[in-house]
Amino acid sequence: MHRKLSWVLCIAACASLHAQTNSGGLPFGTQGKQVKPAPKPAGLGRPASAEEMKQRDITTLPSGAGLPDGKGTAAQGEGVYRDKCAACHGPNGEGNAQGTQLVGGIGSLATDNPIKTIGSYWPYATSVWDYIHRAMPSDRPGSLSADDTYAVTAFLLNRNKIIQADEVMNRKSLPKVHMPNQDGFVPDARPDIGKNAHSSGNSKERKSSAR
Amino acid sequence: MENKSKDHGKENASSASSQGRRRFLAATTAIAATVAGGLTDLWGDEGREPGAPMRPYGDRSPFEKPARKNSRPGMPAGTGSTLTPLENLYGIITPSALHFERHHSGVPMIDPDKHELLIHGLVERPLVFKMEELLRFPSVSRIHFLECSGNGAGEYLGDPAATPQQTAGLLSCSEWTGVPLSTLLREAGIKPGAKWVLAEGGDASRNARSIPLKKAMDDVLVAYGQNGEAVRPEQGYPIRLVVPGWEGNINVKWVHRLHVLDQPAMTRDEAADYDDLLANGKSYRFSFVMEAKSIVTRPAGGQHLDGPGPYEISGLAWSGRARVAAVEISTDAGKNWRKAELQQPVFKNAVVRFRLPWNWDGNDAVIGSRCIDESGYVQPTHEQIVAARGTHARFHYNGIKWWRLQKGGELTHA
Repeated sequence: MHRKLSWVLCIAACASLHAQTNSGGLPFGTQGKQVKPAPKPAGLGRPASAEEMKQRDITTLPSGAGLPDGKGTAAQGEGVYRDKCAACHGPNGEGNAQGTQLVGGIGSLATDNPIKTIGSYWPYATSVWDYIHRAMPSDRPGSLSADDTYAVTAFLLNRNKIIQADEVMNRKSLPKVHMPNQDGFVPDARPDIGKNAHSSGNSKERKSSAR
Repeated sequence: MENKSKDHGKENASSASSQGRRRFLAATTAIAATVAGGLTDLWGDEGREPGAPMRPYGDRSPFEKPARKNSRPGMPAGTGSTLTPLENLYGIITPSALHFERHHSGVPMIDPDKHELLIHGLVERPLVFKMEELLRFPSVSRIHFLECSGNGAGEYLGDPAATPQQTAGLLSCSEWTGVPLSTLLREAGIKPGAKWVLAEGGDASRNARSIPLKKAMDDVLVAYGQNGEAVRPEQGYPIRLVVPGWEGNINVKWVHRLHVLDQPAMTRDEAADYDDLLANGKSYRFSFVMEAKSIVTRPAGGQHLDGPGPYEISGLAWSGRARVAAVEISTDAGKNWRKAELQQPVFKNAVVRFRLPWNWDGNDAVIGSRCIDESGYVQPTHEQIVAARGTHARFHYNGIKWWRLQKGGELTHA
């Protein structure tokens, strides 16, 4: 306890010393940089139990890590889609005012009328599963079982002609699905503009013509 | 007045919203009564009635009407966004009640006593923090802007918005107080191989984004304070991430889980939504930084000038890449530029207020601003952006916004 207290005091001292340095020596606008890193853990927080981590962890990765047991086919997903999804996304995934288009548009991205859907745009089938599982249906996120999530994912992949109607989607098969736009992404290339505009000679302070 | 004072004293109203509505109505009635009673003559000699009593939590004058505006009415309740009325702001801080909103499944009402933050994955000690523990760590306060990367998306299409609120209102700036995320990650102990942190919110749709560990260890905050009080529910109460300079969506609100990973999770928002589709069909991935941008908020579209004479041109500038170095203003559609005065101090990753006195000669003018940051980046024109990216991108638009001032004093988008 005593050791912990002295650590807290040390941090406070470091922080205030740092703040003074800032106000004294550094240019205006230097916002209090972070306090010095803790030399050792403060001992706050309780250890997370394996059980609660398992219960709260809904992360899924493109490799399939994190996907739960369960399975479903497009045929099984048709009814789930009709009951839970069609009101917002249309009977066939065509979208409406409430929900985005989910089906179609494959090959359209480089045209004058690109259509971004699960089929045409999403790079990983696991992302589709993850999003449906965590966020859909929008009026009751988290209410779909693992089986129903696999089934409705399979339904959407099938309507996009990416898998067959009888293909079983589960934690092994889903990550193996190759999405049409998987290679359609490049690293952020910005700044892609604006780098040299300032040297155009336009920027000198001049009297405004309106003045 | 009676009615108003009674209402102000009431602290146990059944709901905050009905209390607010009653208070507003009472206040409006009071004003009407005041006006009707002939007390508008503030210098009258018939005696002066004492004003309203004190109240436990203040509200603005009922004469003040600036409000957020829903950008997409008709969406399911709680989803979509509301825009900050930038033209009505002074200085650099956005009042918390006017901070823009972007929700995917409504605003959760979270009891802070029950809220927990789980850190797990590639850590030595998976930990769960309660609010009172987070408050015991060394804290920092910093002023940072938040901007939704969809801010001004319509401008890509050459569909210019009519007012500052409509074209750039997905921008706000607050003083945020909290614990550096690096402190919490060190507390848990990062294991070798860790490269990303997936942050997940406690909203119904569990909004989740992956953040590079390098950024997480640099300047990200787990914020519980906003402008001197607790973070507002719409902004992530009781805790949210503030990821300085980066697109709004990654500043996960209501954060309840941090999963340390060796790779990004590729959630929908990072894999298939906030990516900019280029003309060649490829998309930029992980466009995190919000690039230098500025907007003249007065005089601006939707406003009116009362004839020639002196005015102040004022607005906001910001950059997520480097500190704002200068803002230049043109009143002739970019032929000539003059440096505006920047409100000091200029904070990194914060909004900067710029000002320039201007004498309007009564002729047509086209007014706009451009932001230059310390990296040398100059805010581009709409034409430059479209030339580089095409018109299919929907995010990270930062083109110069022009306002057309006509002889009669009307201001519209140019």
